[in-house]
Amino acid sequence: MFLRNNRFVRQIFSSFLDLAPILVVILVFQIAVIQQPIPDVLDLIFGSVFVILGLTFFMLGLEQSLFPIGESMAYAFAKKGSLFWLLIFSFCLGFGTTVAEPALIAVASEAANIAGKGNIIENSAEAKDSYALALRLTVAVSVGFAILLGVLRIIRGWPLHYLIISGYCIVIIMTPFAPAQIIGVAYDSGGVATSTITVPLVTALGVGLASSIKGRNPMTDGFGLISFASLSPIIFVLAFGIVS
Amino acid sequence: MIDWLIHFSEDLLKTCRDVAPITAIIIGFQVLVIRKPILHPMKTLLGFVNVLIGITFFMDGLKMALFPLGELMATQLTAPEFLGIPPNTTVADWRNYFWVYLFAGSIGFATTLAEPSLLAVAVKAEEISGGAIRAWGLRIAVSLGVSFGIALGAFRIVNGTELYFFIIGAYVIVIIQTILTPKLIVGLAYDSGGVTTSTVTVPLVTALGIGLATTVPGRNPLLDGFGLIAFASLFAVIAVLTYAQLAEWRNKKRHSSNKSPSN
Repeated sequence: MFLRNNRFVRQIFSSFLDLAPILVVILVFQIAVIQQPIPDVLDLIFGSVFVILGLTFFMLGLEQSLFPIGESMAYAFAKKGSLFWLLIFSFCLGFGTTVAEPALIAVASEAANIAGKGNIIENSAEAKDSYALALRLTVAVSVGFAILLGVLRIIRGWPLHYLIISGYCIVIIMTPFAPAQIIGVAYDSGGVATSTITVPLVTALGVGLASSIKGRNPMTDGFGLISFASLSPIIFVLAFGIVS
Repeated sequence: MIDWLIHFSEDLLKTCRDVAPITAIIIGFQVLVIRKPILHPMKTLLGFVNVLIGITFFMDGLKMALFPLGELMATQLTAPEFLGIPPNTTVADWRNYFWVYLFAGSIGFATTLAEPSLLAVAVKAEEISGGAIRAWGLRIAVSLGVSFGIALGAFRIVNGTELYFFIIGAYVIVIIQTILTPKLIVGLAYDSGGVTTSTVTVPLVTALGIGLATTVPGRNPLLDGFGLIAFASLFAVIAVLTYAQLAEWRNKKRHSSNKSPSN
């Protein structure tokens, strides 16, 4: 019990260190540059305590559950030797974590507003809703596809940088053909598709796969899944903009 | 207190709803495809509950303290009165926005340090590399990259240059660096780009981008407000690649200076 407490206390302290820079930036700018009093000091204090507690619980749970789950599933799939199921699982993992992602929902509805005002689609609530849903599904499918491709890469041992560089080239070639309103959204959609739960799971899956397959190095081959997941939505959303 | 408890449990439910698809997928595959019991079911369940409570507290705290204040500051800092810009200016002079770049850079640096996804990846990288890559070193490199990326992105919004040119430029730098960097770090570097822009950074940075595009004369928030996130991810990749190159270069230098006296 004492040890656990001790670990908890240490984690609280390190979470505080993680948050401290934000507090310093906000306080310095508010007091020295903007020179306005801080509204709702009480909210700021309680909110910061919550953030610190939240980070602490998250980090404790990370080592106890998300990392082990991702790794043990990777080992189990490698042992089972069924590529088909592993790829299905990878697609579902990417699709499932993205389709309900709050950040993505926000960006998609914002993009629908832009499209409505830019007369790309009819400026009605229904047209916007179906546009936003289509965009969300596009991103979710693209992330599912990305994890699938990334897992296939780890198994086959393809070098990551060729794939990523070709991805960049596709983005560069597609951009001039996409409507101006979608470009910013497309570039930003790459960043929002990787949530707090997905990242540890997917990282552990990749590293676990790379260390359970002979001839793969967890450091060179294990990482890279996230980068696929953040590059492929750009391509898919650009394509979505060109097609629609 | 009771109000707060109700509010908190509502938020906890919302978090559960957000993670429901992924939980269903994991349990489904575990039961139907792998067909093997999980090793430590109780510990895993407890850990998962910890993660859920953690995310709920974290998001609640952000919404209470940091987001409103950050958004307020973004509007205050970009207000023409504060920057001393005459109200009838039609062409933005980028030199007037010094405080905005500084704020963009510092908030980008600070929020990235507190990003839970980056923490997770950094912990894993330290573990896998056997301590050769320090979690702190990686996080600071990524934060510096994001900081520069967002400051440059703010400059672009003020200046009005096409997003496209900057992105292509950054891609070219990444490609050249990839060729020069030890391949061991490339995967991790690319991943850092994706994880930097998650729960903390995105809302604050988006507020800044929209605020800037609304107040700078000649900018359209619908077209120019986006793009900061892309800058942040790309420069995070560049920063980690640079960090790896510097580390390698220092090692080589140390080796050669160790050798030369003996020769």
